[in-house]
Order: sequence, then C-alpha cells, then structure tokens
Amino acid sequence: MYEFNGIVIFFILGLLMPIGALIGAYILAPTKSSPQKYLTYECGLDTRGETWVQFKICYFLYALVFLVFDVETIFLYPWAVTFQQLGTFAFVEMFIFIAILIIGFVYAWKEGALEWF
Amino acid sequence: MGALQNLFVNLALFFRESMVNIGFSQLGIEATMDLVAGIGVLAVIAISALVLIYVERKVAGFIQVRLGPNRVGPKGTCQTVADALKLVGKEDIIPDRVDKVPFMIAPILFFAPAVLAFAIIPFGENMIPIDMNIGIFYFIAVCSLSTIPIIMAGWSSNNKYSLLGAMRSLAQSLSYEIPLVFSILGVVMITGSLQMSDIVAAQSDMWFIVTQPIAFLIYLIAGAAETNRPPFDLPEGESELVAGYMTEYSGMRWALFFLAEYAHLFIVSAMATTLFLGGWHGPILPSYIWFLLKTGFMIFILIWVRWTFPRIRIDQLLSLGWKFLLPLSLLNILITGVVLYII
Repeated sequence: MYEFNGIVIFFILGLLMPIGALIGAYILAPTKSSPQKYLTYECGLDTRGETWVQFKICYFLYALVFLVFDVETIFLYPWAVTFQQLGTFAFVEMFIFIAILIIGFVYAWKEGALEWF
Repeated sequence: MGALQNLFVNLALFFRESMVNIGFSQLGIEATMDLVAGIGVLAVIAISALVLIYVERKVAGFIQVRLGPNRVGPKGTCQTVADALKLVGKEDIIPDRVDKVPFMIAPILFFAPAVLAFAIIPFGENMIPIDMNIGIFYFIAVCSLSTIPIIMAGWSSNNKYSLLGAMRSLAQSLSYEIPLVFSILGVVMITGSLQMSDIVAAQSDMWFIVTQPIAFLIYLIAGAAETNRPPFDLPEGESELVAGYMTEYSGMRWALFFLAEYAHLFIVSAMATTLFLGGWHGPILPSYIWFLLKTGFMIFILIWVRWTFPRIRIDQLLSLGWKFLLPLSLLNILITGVVLYII
C-alpha cells in the first residue's frame, strides 16, 4: 500500500509548488490600484448583460453520450487485462456488450444528438 | 557506460541504504523516497517548460521563415528565463466582478493533476516514481481531472470569453477522452497488465506502434486535442476568444496555467513513448537518454502539427471525435481481439 502514500505526497507537492510561486509573486509583484484595472475585460468596452446564462443544449447531449461510453470503459479495462486467460465465452460476451452500446450510439447519431446546430 | 546506465537507480539505492543505516522505519523510507522523486518531477516540469517554450518558438520561427527569439543570450536561449522573470514581477489582478474563491484556486488545482500524472511515467530502467499495478487507469483518471479547474476558471471569471472557452474546452475533453481511452485499450489487451513497467517490458522485442498503428494515430490526435493544442485550440482561440478561460488571469496565476499546459504536453508525449514507441528500450545509450530522445521526437511532431494546420471549427472538431475516431477505435479493439484470439 506504500504506493498510495506516494500519490498523497505527489499531490501535496503539486499543491505546494503553485502556492509557493503565488506567494513569491505576491511579495515581488507591484500593486498599483486604479478602478479601471478591475473591470471585466470585453475588448475595451463596458460589459453588457448577464454572463451567467443558460448554455447551448448541444453540450448537454454530448455529455449524455459521453457518460454511456465512460461507464463502458470501467467494464472494458478489467476485461482487457484478463482477456487472454478468459477464453471464448468472455470474448463473445464483451462484443455483444459493445454491440448493444453501438446500437445506442447509432440511435443517438440518427436522432441528431451528434449534430452541431 | 555501465555507471551511467544505472546512475539514478544507484543514487536511489545509496539514499535508501543510508536511511536504513540511520534506522528509519519502512514507512519513513518510502515516504522520503517519494518526496525526493516528487521534487525531481517538479524540477523536470520546470526545466522542460523552460526548454519547450524556447524550442516551440524557435521551431515556429523556422517553419514561418523567420528567426524566432534571438536577442537574449546566445541564439536567444535565455529568452524564456527573461520572460519568466518578467512574469514574477507582474501584478496579480483579480477583477471586481469575479467569483473570488474559485477564481483564485483554479490555477492551483489545474497544476496539481499535472504533477500527479508524472508519478507513473517510466523515465528509464527501474526509474518509475511510483510503479502502481493500476498505472494506466490512474493516468486516465488524473488526466480527466483537469477539466474541472478549467470550468471553475471559466465560470468564476464572469467574462463571456472565459465562459465560452471553458464550455468548448469541456466539450472537447469529453469528446476526445473516449477515443484516447479506447486506443490505449488495445495495448492493454496485448500486455494483459495495467502496470507501466510490464507495458515497457512487453515492448523489448517489438514496439507496439508496429502491432497497433491505428491506435497510435488515434492516441496522437486525441492527445493533441486533450492538451488543447492547435489545430484543436478552440478553447483559447486567440482571434475569437482573446484567451478563452485564461482571459481574466494575469501575472503568476496565468503563468501557472501556461506551465501546466506545457507539463501536459510533456505527459502526452511521454505516454506515447511509453505505450507505443518502446519506452526506454534502446541500444548503447543509457535508458533515460533514449526516453528523452523519443519523447522529444513526439513533442517535435506535436509542435510541427501545431504550426502547420489551421484551426478547425467546433462542429468539425466534434464530428471528427464522435463520428470518425470513436468508431475507428472500437474497430481497432475488435481487430485486436480477433487477431489475439486466433493466435
């Protein structure tokens, strides 16, 4: 289990380095305040309207299809590791599993979930 | 040559033995070794970013028939150092309308997964920082983590360019993660292991690029898209979105995004080397030199692609991922399975 301790150490180092860099920059960098500096950037114009609005529905459809395939990978990896010991049954079964997913994928494609409009 | 071959391995052994002599506990020794490896990885990230930015600008210059940076130091080699020093002295501006907490921690969280991904890269013979038995799975998990800080940065900036950039980045990462994962699956089927050392050892006779050429191409395209590099740089397309999700960032926070992006470039190239180009295997030269040479070659290909192809539209990007790469990667799994079954 020592290897997972190592990951924790890597994660802490990965957090400490950017924090250290930010502290260093905080000490060295100048601060000259002026109200124009803290405006939202929009090509030099005043920003208009809300930014936090609804997003395009296409993104949601892609996310749904993604979810299906991402769950599939969780099943596929253990299968791939033991693939050469499992024999014919597992081989055929996994391709039936993939075929069912492909039917769903083709359905989503035909329904236009993969079109950008 | 023998001393050079095992230079780092012997150094690690020496550290370990001296700690045993002092009387550290097993846990203490492992933790200290991981700490040393982690600091080494941070050094690799910093140095590789300095070198890569210079190389990228120089190669871009030659591709576009100009000189590239040539003023600071001999042939402009100190240009990146000068730029980095300039960035340290830049003011860290946090605009009034942003959502402060996510805005401030997003760059830190974007950088951490890059360090985590370095933990499983085999830099040379017996030179893997942490050789886990679920190596590849861990790599995929850590790589997909970086989408969350991007959406945090884009949403909290309260800027239309940032939000659009973050949305695009998310759609792109989701779309290309699946071909990426499926292309690696072919390698796992041949090796029968998720451990990085096993995958490199399995390539001692023949590189997997010979047996899995389609998977290699899919990995390369999806990897370029995952790192948001041109021609897939829609999230930060300069001419339309200013800088995408990084628009409101300045100074050191912006530099952290930039640094992490180059770290991701190194990781994608290093994984391509490990999975398809035989890892550290090679004659005469020490193993880590071979690893660096192959990784450098992969990075050069990605830079070459960047400065050769124009940026593609978002509908083309998503069509390429879903309608071409995904069926192709499934077909590759099927062919690999059938061939392995017959043999």
